[in-house]
Amino acid sequence: MNDNMIEITLPQDIVDYIEECKEKPYPDSYLIAILHRIQKEFGYLSEENMDQVAQLLQVPTSTVSGVATFYHFFRLQPKGTFHISVCMGTACFVKGGEQVLDSFKYELGVEMGETTSDQLFTLESSRCIGVCSLAPVVTINGKVYSKVTPNQVPDILNRLKENEK
Amino acid sequence: MKKVNVTIDGFQINVPEDATIMQAAEQLGIKIPRLCYHPDLSIEGACRVCIVEVEGANKYVTACANNVSEGMVVKTYSPDIRQARRDIVELILDNHPRECQLCERDGNCELQNLAFRLGVRERLYEGKRKRHEREESSPAVIRDAEKCILCRRCVRVCSEIQGIHNLSQLHRGFDTVVAPAYEGPMDESVCIACGQCINVCPVAAFLENNSTDKVWNALADPKKHVVVHIAPAIRAAIGEGFNLPIGTPVAGKTVTALRRLGFEAVFDTDFGADLTIIEEAHEFAERLKKNENLPMLTSCSPGWIKFMEHFYPELIPYASSCKSPMQMNSTLLKTYYAEQKGIDWKDIYVTTVMPCVAKKFEAERPEHHTKDGIPYTDAVITTRELIWMVKAFGIDFNNLPDSEFDDPLGFSTGAGDLFGTTGGVMEATLRTAADKLTGKSQQELNFTQVRNAEGLKEASVKIGDKTLNVAVANGLNNAKTILDKVKEGKKQYHIVELMACPGGCIGGGGQPYPTEGHYVLEKEVLKKRAKALYAIDEEKKIRKSHENPSINRLYKDFLGEPGSKKAHQLLHTTYRPRQPRGIK
Repeated sequence: MNDNMIEITLPQDIVDYIEECKEKPYPDSYLIAILHRIQKEFGYLSEENMDQVAQLLQVPTSTVSGVATFYHFFRLQPKGTFHISVCMGTACFVKGGEQVLDSFKYELGVEMGETTSDQLFTLESSRCIGVCSLAPVVTINGKVYSKVTPNQVPDILNRLKENEK
Repeated sequence: MKKVNVTIDGFQINVPEDATIMQAAEQLGIKIPRLCYHPDLSIEGACRVCIVEVEGANKYVTACANNVSEGMVVKTYSPDIRQARRDIVELILDNHPRECQLCERDGNCELQNLAFRLGVRERLYEGKRKRHEREESSPAVIRDAEKCILCRRCVRVCSEIQGIHNLSQLHRGFDTVVAPAYEGPMDESVCIACGQCINVCPVAAFLENNSTDKVWNALADPKKHVVVHIAPAIRAAIGEGFNLPIGTPVAGKTVTALRRLGFEAVFDTDFGADLTIIEEAHEFAERLKKNENLPMLTSCSPGWIKFMEHFYPELIPYASSCKSPMQMNSTLLKTYYAEQKGIDWKDIYVTTVMPCVAKKFEAERPEHHTKDGIPYTDAVITTRELIWMVKAFGIDFNNLPDSEFDDPLGFSTGAGDLFGTTGGVMEATLRTAADKLTGKSQQELNFTQVRNAEGLKEASVKIGDKTLNVAVANGLNNAKTILDKVKEGKKQYHIVELMACPGGCIGGGGQPYPTEGHYVLEKEVLKKRAKALYAIDEEKKIRKSHENPSINRLYKDFLGEPGSKKAHQLLHTTYRPRQPRGIK
């Protein structure tokens, strides 16, 4: 009886990979590797996709959820168009990185790791990116913004929004 | 097993080398303080309360998670250890609400007791506290993560004993929380509502969804005719709540207490149990004749039924369609009893006292509602809730006189009492089946093959010229073993009895918290409760369900024949596959 099985919508190569893992000793131990592949494909781990992993690998959903929330690398929400990363390395922190981060939080109305409801911005922090002389720095989709002050944040965001229109 | 010599607190002892320090100390009468440890669950080592000093080791080690070795010298008690243990508990308390007086477990909280015993008299630490909403989506189990101390007993019982894996630790560090997948509501999870997480929780991070307010209000409503019926396992355990020795049968006192609380009539769920046997025996005989849907799986345990719907939906046709004894009784109270008494059934308020938390869920299933959407069972309270009500009312339980159940749903046979323990439904079934299949009254009543508290029992019982293969499982991990065999067609069973909780209903999720010197789900406690039920059975004159005169009158006056159209309409139910489908 398959009428209450979860529908499998994962790409075939990932399904094949999971099946492959199931043939190996200790299939459970491939859970992290499988989640990595899904995140690479979709940018984040959705509940629907994690349900499918649980079903295919025959691992309890609570375990998949436990692993996915334990490791910071795994994203549980989709990434926005703009990926804002505020540096929290020592130099940037000392130069006011935290205030910059607070300003982004305030302007966007999201917490760290979250995405705005219009799916435009994802706010995150990073450790030192190696350009301490430009501190505090923010990277947005790879582009570096240097010596950022909290009151520049609205401008930066507005310009990005304009470009998107 | 090789044995080793160990010195603990200056006492020498010779123990097997696979013993833990904790076990070795126990043999010397030293009970090292502990919190996350539970003898039936895997070793966690999370709380660090059981630390001891081992000579030569550069730090304190946990006594639960470390084995002894030859020549080991252990100190379980010294000013330093005493201080360290107290610090550990103080740190746990620092991230725990300071509202003991408002908490349901005030007075029987393991953390509270431990803190007192270790001499915590002031709160020295003041740090950030975790904040979580109380999660009350389920009619059965409430999750209050703010009180959780992350001992993981619930996670372990849910996976290791019940095989559900509904609970897991999510996030990390300070944000760690125990919850179902994705921190979703319990109601939408694979939780089968057995309530074992409530039982093993040392604090009040899991609780039954309390229904006592509903019952107080009904009792105070002059327009309502409030009745109650009590499950077999109650009479074997409720005494523990009033400091009576474990396994003291107290049916008579319980009836008196319920009358004093204001219930207009007190009935016995055992009656429903007898009735279940009649209907189930009929159903089984039909299936045997047609040789279809065998084995028949019993359907009394609502936790097991929800488990089947999540994890083994393909076995739904095998489950007996009989309602549980509770639902049979409740249905008859709003039909048969209402008719006999000449009361409008809508004025009857049916309360039940159950050892079970899943019964709260069962009562809310739409399958158990009337056509107008009114539940047949209006409120379910657990043994614990009744103990509290009796105390709150100021009833001196131990000095109550005995009294009898009311008619017509109060008379039961010894077979009905057995429903409260693992193997009991099977034994009751076999008593009736033996008579029905051979056509004459059998003298042998005790089917000891299916007794004892093992998690898994199989037997072949000869009845006349037939041999019935039966199996009995309690604890759902054990159930899986049998169900997988059924699915693969490896063994042909005729009847399988399944109960969700270890030991059956006597070990249910709503039973009293352990008394001093005992731990929850302890085999000895379960055995004593079962013994009380077997003793009640032995004492009864009528011990076969089909010889219950009240039941025979019920069929004559109201239902017709077993398996009749009316019986089907009122006493049988249906099941459905559930999402999310459980894994493994």
